Amino acid sequence: MRFAVVQFGGSNCDRDVVHAVSDVCGVDCDLVWYKDGITTDYDAVILPGGFSYGDYLRAGAIAARTPVMEGIRRHAAAGGLVLGICNGAQIGAESGLVPGTFTTNATPKFICRPVCLRVETTASPFTRLYREGEVIRVPIAHKEGRYVASPEVLARLNAEGRVAFRFCDADGNVIPAANPNGAAENITGVLGGPAKNVLCLMPHPERASEEVLGSADGRRIFLGMIRSIEEAGPGA
Amino acid sequence: MMKYTAKITIALKEGMLDPEARAIQHALANLGFSTGFLSTARIFIITLEAENEEAAKAEAERMCERLLANPVIHRYEVEVGA
Repeated sequence: MRFAVVQFGGSNCDRDVVHAVSDVCGVDCDLVWYKDGITTDYDAVILPGGFSYGDYLRAGAIAARTPVMEGIRRHAAAGGLVLGICNGAQIGAESGLVPGTFTTNATPKFICRPVCLRVETTASPFTRLYREGEVIRVPIAHKEGRYVASPEVLARLNAEGRVAFRFCDADGNVIPAANPNGAAENITGVLGGPAKNVLCLMPHPERASEEVLGSADGRRIFLGMIRSIEEAGPGA
Repeated sequence: MMKYTAKITIALKEGMLDPEARAIQHALANLGFSTGFLSTARIFIITLEAENEEAAKAEAERMCERLLANPVIHRYEVEVGA
């Protein structure tokens, strides 16, 4: 089993994600420079956080249109796992891996702090190791993380169980006061792909993957991916 | 081929929350300015070569569709001059 973490100019969480996958979860993980493309058959591709292309134009907009993303879109369309974290989520949305977009926070400033998330579905490779309705604690660090989508898209996401995480309070209540960035319906994790095999989320699970970091709640996202790949078996 | 200049304006769709505009409006209010409505937009000035004005406009619109605008939140306007 092998994961790839795609490194763009301006990525800055790439090595943290490699650490979480390889050292914490024990799976081989390559750091792949975006210009080198995805040439190996990876079991999972992760788009890490950071400020690709300096957030010029819109966060994630330019990275989303680099050639490496064509291979990642094919990987996702074939059911391969793709995880976009923070800037990676913005890139994923800009490249159409999930519907909607992540844009400027309702209060236009950078917010960096732990938040509570409610797990909305366990029917995905990324959320299978949580309990439905479980409240987890994972940090956010973004200025452009407000999820926006049309009413039709929101209705479809809800109907198809494609909302993975919503901001909530410590008791799991999804309320405006627990919504740090003004996201539509408190949504901050969206599932895409034919088999919910794509997750784009603004919070940073790699920053909550070990107890020493204050929370290990994010680790189960990676472990769930690994479990799904193991179950699919070699060559799947 | 002729040289044209395209002026592309990218703005938020009507009804979209514009947090920066709201912050600017507050700042103007603090300076004693009263504003009814304030929105922000981004303008790109691009020179390009095309067969004619229509082709130049169509090319600029493709740039909006492919990169400059995000259709989820943006609308755009293209003006082309010689």
